[in-house]
Amino acid sequence: MPYIPNTDADRKEMLEAIECKSIDELWQKAQIRTPPPALENIPAGMSEYEVTRHLNSLASQNATHLVNFVGSGYYDHLIPAAVGTMVGRSEFYTAYTPYQPEASQGTLQAIYEYQSAICRLTSMPMSNASLYDGGTALFEAIMMAVRITNRRQAVISGAVSPIFREMIRCYSSNLDIELIVVPVKSSKTDSSQGALVDAVTDKTACVLVQYPNVFGTVEEWSDTVEKIHAKGAIAVCSVYPIALAMLKTPGEMGFDIVTGEGQSLGIPLSFGGPYLGFMAVKEKLVRKMPGRIVGRTVDLDGKPGFVLTLQAREQHIRRENAMSNICSNESLCALTALAYLTCIGKEGLLQVANLCAAKANFARDLLLQIKGIEPVGEKAFFNEFVIKLPGDSSEIVGNMIDKGFAAGFPLGRYYSDRKNQLLVAVTEKRTREEIKAFANAMEAVLWS
Amino acid sequence: MELIYSKGKSGRRGSSLPKLDVPDANSIPSSLRRKKAAQMPEVSELEAVRHFTLLSRKNMGVDSNFYPLGSCTMKYNPKVNEKIAAMPGFADLHPLLPQLRRGGALTQGALAVIYETERMLSELLGFSQTTMQPLAGAHGELTGVMLIAAYHKAHGDTKRKIMLIPDAAHGTNPASAAMAGFDTVTIPSDPDGNVDLDALKKELNENVAGIMLTCPNTLGMFDKNVKEICELIHKAGALAYCDGANFNAIIGRLRPGDIGFDVMHVNLHKTFSTPHGAGGPGSGPVGVCEKLVPYLPVSCVAKRSDGTYALEYHHKESIGYIAPFYGNFGIILRAYAYLLTLGKEGLVRVSENAVLNANYIRAKLIPYYDQQHPGYCMHECVFSATRQSEKGVHALDIAKALIDRGIHPPTIYFPLIVKEALMIEPTETESIEDINKFIQVMIDIAKLADENPEAIKQCPLTTPIKRLDETQAARKLDLASLE
Repeated sequence: MPYIPNTDADRKEMLEAIECKSIDELWQKAQIRTPPPALENIPAGMSEYEVTRHLNSLASQNATHLVNFVGSGYYDHLIPAAVGTMVGRSEFYTAYTPYQPEASQGTLQAIYEYQSAICRLTSMPMSNASLYDGGTALFEAIMMAVRITNRRQAVISGAVSPIFREMIRCYSSNLDIELIVVPVKSSKTDSSQGALVDAVTDKTACVLVQYPNVFGTVEEWSDTVEKIHAKGAIAVCSVYPIALAMLKTPGEMGFDIVTGEGQSLGIPLSFGGPYLGFMAVKEKLVRKMPGRIVGRTVDLDGKPGFVLTLQAREQHIRRENAMSNICSNESLCALTALAYLTCIGKEGLLQVANLCAAKANFARDLLLQIKGIEPVGEKAFFNEFVIKLPGDSSEIVGNMIDKGFAAGFPLGRYYSDRKNQLLVAVTEKRTREEIKAFANAMEAVLWS
Repeated sequence: MELIYSKGKSGRRGSSLPKLDVPDANSIPSSLRRKKAAQMPEVSELEAVRHFTLLSRKNMGVDSNFYPLGSCTMKYNPKVNEKIAAMPGFADLHPLLPQLRRGGALTQGALAVIYETERMLSELLGFSQTTMQPLAGAHGELTGVMLIAAYHKAHGDTKRKIMLIPDAAHGTNPASAAMAGFDTVTIPSDPDGNVDLDALKKELNENVAGIMLTCPNTLGMFDKNVKEICELIHKAGALAYCDGANFNAIIGRLRPGDIGFDVMHVNLHKTFSTPHGAGGPGSGPVGVCEKLVPYLPVSCVAKRSDGTYALEYHHKESIGYIAPFYGNFGIILRAYAYLLTLGKEGLVRVSENAVLNANYIRAKLIPYYDQQHPGYCMHECVFSATRQSEKGVHALDIAKALIDRGIHPPTIYFPLIVKEALMIEPTETESIEDINKFIQVMIDIAKLADENPEAIKQCPLTTPIKRLDETQAARKLDLASLE
């Protein structure tokens, strides 16, 4: 039997040792007395070769030939080959949570280095060991702000990912938490910072914004953050980590809690997961932060070592009073992000960001030369931007698929007043030729 | 070992990137640029790989060590599943593709994986449908209790705010219940480790929303009253949640849906062989009986009459989005390959051998370690280091002594209701030879604890570091190396 080494002789010997004549007798003695289920819908087992062949055939039914311009928070970046090798060490992936530090220094040091990388990227002093994904991280930020301020309202920018906002709505549905979404005019792509500040009252625990925002727009937040603080609320920013290689950091702009989706840091798109949520906070807030945290300390001989710390916040100790119910982080994904940042390196990361921004700029210029395509909103963007098409963008995207392009995300899916708008993302993987072919195909779809 | 940030030097790099083939221009004004580059490592590819390789050697994993960590089901992670998850047809697939017009036809293989895995899990659990969305076990618990909340809300039963939780439950249970807006009431265990039925009956009333029962329980026992508990709960108008973290004990042998549970999560990273990844990513699908189907999270994958697969979003009573897309697809994929490989006959063998191995260890160690709850166990056996602690050797010391002997320790000090608990789960993937070696080491440690307790209290001595100063770690926080 695959993966089960006990032979019939082994089973016989073991059954004798436990004074059972048969497995059936063992089940009886262990209180399992109902008849076994029929399991009619479970097929017979297959060999490794047959399983691989079957999965290969399923994989081939998924389109990977499309030239991709879809982002919306999840990006098609290059992943250095070494990343897979580094993370593929089975001493990492076959280990459990590092509760026994002496047997887990590899994971613990790597997570400490990951926390350091997140702090350095965001210019924040403290990070946790990761959360499930960008959406859950943002929800956890609300809960953290609620604990800190004793207020129970969150003001959320309409330019925060609609996917994240849906998740937040779901998680807060049974909790006494009020969500106020500040909409963005359909002709604009900025976050309506004035309206956001106006929405903050003495009941507001936090303000949630995204940077660059869901439309790709990059905004200065320093003044708004000050105004949020003046009203006694916490400023939370969800970020795209690759963009931070180039952009003014959320730490510099004064945010209290920084979260984000870390998929772009070397983690494959993999049809929606596993991904990586990250969270970094100001020092004074660290004891209210959810999730695991690794700290550096010393051993009995004074030698430096790493250990899970501040565990008194967590569910296995605090039970119903814990900061969160989360007991696993996304350790291997955090390790992947560290491996990616290590391989790409300081210069490489900046280069990736520059490539993305320049190519996106080039793509936008080409698209805007096409008759009927108009710019939408503000000019400063990183690698994603909104254009207005002369028709329903969802239909046009469907036609572009026939031409071999995933042309972008039709915003009408989440914003009913943006039916003709398309959100286009460009990464360092797209070549000049692909971008030109994309613009040509778009022109053909629109006008021939 | 030095941090990666102390290695390499300025200007060195480990990656090669495409040249810029478009004009070097972008729209970011200088006021919105970062002043100083983020201080990432500056190392060659070899330095990067060597750093990670050396780090990995400071870890114990299932591939290198026997790892009988109770309640965690540290079974072997088949290698073919890793290869399958890396197939470009799956790994490179953008999750928004099926949400584009005509995109569904381009993701049929991935949707088939989710659908077929869902069908097999529903069959194994005895439920109508399973959501593949939850991203971890605790996330599955949260989803499950949110479904219970949605059910009562839909029936206008808004005063049901109490979730009953036995004292032997995982710590995540009360935390999950709190996140779904419930108040928790603890139900004590009886002397045999089962739920105290009289105590349960006293707490049952019209304010109770449900019970969260770990089955088999955290003592490694199958509570013989489970069916009766579910009946009592139903009679009170409440619902029964099964924490399926221990499903490896009964897979193929007993379906929780058949004995009265209404909703349950399983951990793909336990029973279904996907790697634990040193603490995630996991996956915690939730199976439900018919009456909870309307509340399942969106989206679900459905099979149309023409044999194609499609995403469904339009469930008016759904609790909404608990994950950004369709769950941890890469993990679901590995579990699918595992299910196909083992098939019906293999899955039945999983629980048989997991239970056999645990009972074998139990029988062999009874003379050397105390048991607070004796009797035949399921997939794990719980001992108590009470005899050893009289000599000053505690469960923690035994754990460290095992590390020195090349074995990852069992779970210690859990469940909380057992003094000095040592919770041992061998899983079905260990051979009798390795199990015998473990048994011998445990016997040796018991003898040493009796003869020379000090020798054990100094362990571990063979590891890269000795015992750490955890108080200093919490007081003088050092969580990151900043630039």
